[in-house]
Amino acid sequence: MSAKQNEASAPSRRRFLKFVSAGVGAAAGGPALADTLADVPPREPGADLSGHSERSQYVKIARIPEAGPGMRHVDPDDAINSKTPIDQLVGSITPTDLHYERSHSGVPNLDPAKHRLLMHGMVNKPLVLTVNDLKAMPSTSRVVFIECTGNGWESWKKADPNLTVQNTHGLISTNEWTGVPLRFLIDLVGVDRKATWMLAEGDDAAAVARSIPLTDEILSEAFVAYGQNGEPLRPAHGFPIRLIIPGFEGNLNIKWLRRFKFGDHPWMTRWETARYTQLLADGKARQFQLRMETNSVITSPSGTMKIRPGYNRITGLAWSGYGKISKVEISTDATRMWQSAQLTGLVLPKAQTRFQMDWLWDGKPTKIVSRSVDEKANVQPDRASLVAQMGTNALFHYNAQQTWSIDENGSVSNVLA
Amino acid sequence: MEVSAMFSRSTVAFVIFASAAFSARAYDFGRPAAPEEIKLWDIDVHPDGKGLPPGSGSAVSGKTVFEENCAACHGPGGQNGIKDRLAGGQRTLASDHPIKTVGSYWPYATTLFDYIHRAMPYQAPGSLSDDDTYSVVAYILSLNGILPTDAKLDKETLPKVKMPNRDGLIPEPEFRNITNSR
Repeated sequence: MSAKQNEASAPSRRRFLKFVSAGVGAAAGGPALADTLADVPPREPGADLSGHSERSQYVKIARIPEAGPGMRHVDPDDAINSKTPIDQLVGSITPTDLHYERSHSGVPNLDPAKHRLLMHGMVNKPLVLTVNDLKAMPSTSRVVFIECTGNGWESWKKADPNLTVQNTHGLISTNEWTGVPLRFLIDLVGVDRKATWMLAEGDDAAAVARSIPLTDEILSEAFVAYGQNGEPLRPAHGFPIRLIIPGFEGNLNIKWLRRFKFGDHPWMTRWETARYTQLLADGKARQFQLRMETNSVITSPSGTMKIRPGYNRITGLAWSGYGKISKVEISTDATRMWQSAQLTGLVLPKAQTRFQMDWLWDGKPTKIVSRSVDEKANVQPDRASLVAQMGTNALFHYNAQQTWSIDENGSVSNVLA
Repeated sequence: MEVSAMFSRSTVAFVIFASAAFSARAYDFGRPAAPEEIKLWDIDVHPDGKGLPPGSGSAVSGKTVFEENCAACHGPGGQNGIKDRLAGGQRTLASDHPIKTVGSYWPYATTLFDYIHRAMPYQAPGSLSDDDTYSVVAYILSLNGILPTDAKLDKETLPKVKMPNRDGLIPEPEFRNITNSR
């Protein structure tokens, strides 16, 4: 948090304290259930210790599988992704079992003892590596977001007022990943200096494969991960090993990784031609739009929530594939005026960053919006600017500012702008 | 067997590595990949045809292969199925309702061989023979009017097929010419 942001948020905090001490503020969370402390249940001995910790029975939190834009609550057989409940999360790290999930032919059940990584193509010494080989190598750990290229795809053409922020923005998560720097593996096999692209391929049934450009940025930041939030990867997220390319579209972070092949041209796989390319209004399409853009969304209050007049804390998440978030601004009057939000917790490059701002709602209908700026001075576009650039057929890489409308009853709903 | 020799070599190498971080050499980790085993996994096909196997197929036999393996999901003739539409849609890309199919959107015919060979049919990927794969590729291209209904394909002719949307994808400037400081 910069000194400037401190200054910006301090007056509003003073205003808030004055407001609360005047006894006007309504608790946004609603009245407490226990009217007096005598109603709080008495203490009693608890459950036995166990091998691992389960959530409280009072916490209902889960991903939502869906089949495509607007195709929710489908048979799990038909689902192609499963969205993170970002409306119910706090901080910036996504719980491992709630990290969003996307796969192209299901989650394979891989035995790490039998899994192999083949490295070949334009190399001096093609190698076969085991998972234990990788775990024995020098390692790196990094907190980064992974975002599905399709995050936000609900919003290109319309705004369904029944959507939650989990529906609109649930295809992003931030975890700590641990593994071997790609650069180390490249030196190990002696990749030819003329190699400029690398095919990364998974061991799922579809053998999902993407061409990775060997830029300096990717060479210095990509790694092959075997650890996720301190434990082995979960199967849904690539067990036993996956590729992590911080800031780049989710599909490049190949799960169940089994092969790197080095070459001097992209392979033009189905995923980088027919699938993850962005159709523009003129019928041409952007290809290799690999970096995830500067983005943010207010997670509370957000779609289908209800607020009361008085104090409301606005909070949300911001992220950018270009680096650190430098600023998040919030408008509570349909973008007429913007105020700096406070960035709370860690502000890490290419990781989700939590923001918050005090807000006193006067009870009149309004719209709230957030916009982020990253350290490279990229500004999250408003919807009109994004549509002017991309049209409405792009399907992927939607990063427009998200607007939540609030009616006179305090009901929050998804609107286009 | 070689394994014990390799083990002792890597043990020696490990000691060297431990004293000089990040100076590991090949074979300090893992083992050399033999050419015969690389062939088992080296399934990718390039736009120039590199990686295409020997063999050939025809659109006529591809129709049978398609009906037996593909039509249940993609629909008869590659349309009106529960999964991706494969045919038609040409000249819709600039409309409000673009229809992306192999014929309207896919820029390279080689991608079709690569994808079917690696990922299809969904329940048993890799189960089609190379000849059957060439056949079903020829059939799907014929459904789109890109090849005649009696077309034949092999590794020489497939890369020469010009797809209608060959020039429709515009690579981002940042990733057109890759350079690095290695």
